[in-house]
Amino acid sequence: MRVNEKAVNGKIIGRDWNVQNPWKAVRVKGPVANPAQAVEKAAEVIFCLCAFTAVAAVCAMTLYMIANGVPAVLQTGLKEILFSKTWNPTAKEPSFGIFYVILTSIVGTFLAVLIGVPIGLLTAVFLAEAAPGWLAAVVRPSVELLAGIPSVIYGVLGMMVLNPLMYRLEQKLFAGSKTHQFTGGANLLSAVLVLAVMILPTVINISEAALRAVPSALKASSLALGASPVQTIFMVTIPAAKSGILTAVVLGVGRAVGEAMAISMVSGNVVHLPLPFQSVRFLTTAIVSEMGYAQGMHRQVLFTIGLVLFVFIMIINGILSRIVKGENQG
Amino acid sequence: MPQIKMSTDKLNVYYGESHALRDVTTQIRAHAVTALIGPSGCGKSTFLKTLNRMNDLEDAVRMEGKVYLDGEDIYGAQMDVMQLRRRVGMVFQQPNPFPMSIYDNIAYGPRVHGIKSRERLDDIVERSLRQAAVWEEIKKQLYKPAMGLSGGQKQRLCIARALAVEPEVLLMDEPTSALDPVSTLKVEELLGELKRKYTIVIVTHNMQQAARVSDDTAFFLMGEVVEAGATERLFSHPANQKTRNYITGKFG
Repeated sequence: MRVNEKAVNGKIIGRDWNVQNPWKAVRVKGPVANPAQAVEKAAEVIFCLCAFTAVAAVCAMTLYMIANGVPAVLQTGLKEILFSKTWNPTAKEPSFGIFYVILTSIVGTFLAVLIGVPIGLLTAVFLAEAAPGWLAAVVRPSVELLAGIPSVIYGVLGMMVLNPLMYRLEQKLFAGSKTHQFTGGANLLSAVLVLAVMILPTVINISEAALRAVPSALKASSLALGASPVQTIFMVTIPAAKSGILTAVVLGVGRAVGEAMAISMVSGNVVHLPLPFQSVRFLTTAIVSEMGYAQGMHRQVLFTIGLVLFVFIMIINGILSRIVKGENQG
Repeated sequence: MPQIKMSTDKLNVYYGESHALRDVTTQIRAHAVTALIGPSGCGKSTFLKTLNRMNDLEDAVRMEGKVYLDGEDIYGAQMDVMQLRRRVGMVFQQPNPFPMSIYDNIAYGPRVHGIKSRERLDDIVERSLRQAAVWEEIKKQLYKPAMGLSGGQKQRLCIARALAVEPEVLLMDEPTSALDPVSTLKVEELLGELKRKYTIVIVTHNMQQAARVSDDTAFFLMGEVVEAGATERLFSHPANQKTRNYITGKFG
């Protein structure tokens, strides 16, 4: 009998977890002894199947995206798709350059993070370090609610409130301009602002947890040296929490890159060089707005766009696991 | 008559309902090592923390009475708490260097107080590490993370960090309780050196340590100072029965 088999009076009645490797099941010899054991067995199979649903979904999606996204690349050429600036998929001589679309996603995400991360981090500092109990009890549920609001609601608000305001600003800034194409406020800047708000909950929650994990002895040491509370926060607490804060930033980037619905409603949806007051189209919004009617090559290029998005997310996940790994080692 | 560096007058401290210090009136001599002894929960750490107002950071703490530094009321309205903590430094029980390089750990305090010149910081780092008797051991790894040092080195680094802001008084809360015997000995030897320049108050659980390193001793019991005086006298001829019981190991 092996050590990890259970025995009563010398008879093997079941199996235990493999001690060295708990995830590797140990085989039982002979038939299943009783109904209770059959239930155990069935439960294990069900757990295992559930666990594989996620894996299967990822594999299926990866294969599907590659199978559908690669043909367009082979036919048109990777360089042509990625770096050509003309997007005119329905013309007689169609061109499928998504350079501006990629650029929009990068620039839009970067700007959203640039605005959202400082606000989010300082909110986290406020919640973790400064807020009196009653105020934290107001701010924290608000942040959680913000995370739960469907993105289409952000879109509606952006459309009804932000865009008209942006249009007024645009009219002021470009008054008398002959070259500027007026967007009605649906431009990169609107999309960036909406994205910045959307990544706030992610940034706040994760950085707050990281700040709270900083040992209070470190803060006490800093204060005991005569540092002010604010000096302590910026010179000791935040540096000590930096890997957690970095994780928050990366997850925020992931959320911003992947967002589609809200920004498709406020960004104007025209392929342009991403300048603040131009209507733009993101990788995500390109798929959302065209998949419905696209055919043939056009449709395949949309899958290629999906593939590019996929690669972006993979890179972000890669960076994330690096940070987490570094954290465990340090 | 030696100079009095710090003193307290009818000091009472409450944590919520519990009465942590009762009418503590003591004097701390300049350039001497004063040991605070007593069983756990007797109020000696609380007393220590009132001397640099670290107690302010605790929730629901209430204080009555006076604490003086060079005759100045440190809880008075004109007192700048940050300046006070620069003048009255503290070393904690657990060695807790900041997650940065050795150099930056030492330079942290001076930088906070506005010193930017690289030359001056270099000088301060070397002087502080020498004073804490750890310079020779770590001078070649100043730019490496302080987390990589041994426990004893970390604690001497923390002492150096506290010395870098040139305090007048150094408070030490059981500074050797997390250290091995060899490191403990090194820190104890250090105290004899440091008292020439600084006034030292040390909380300790270890009676032999108090007898070895201190000039004066105050015995705390249930929030009160039962007996205080010259260490030699207190350990050889305790005036109070409770003190005698404690130092002979009958309780505590």
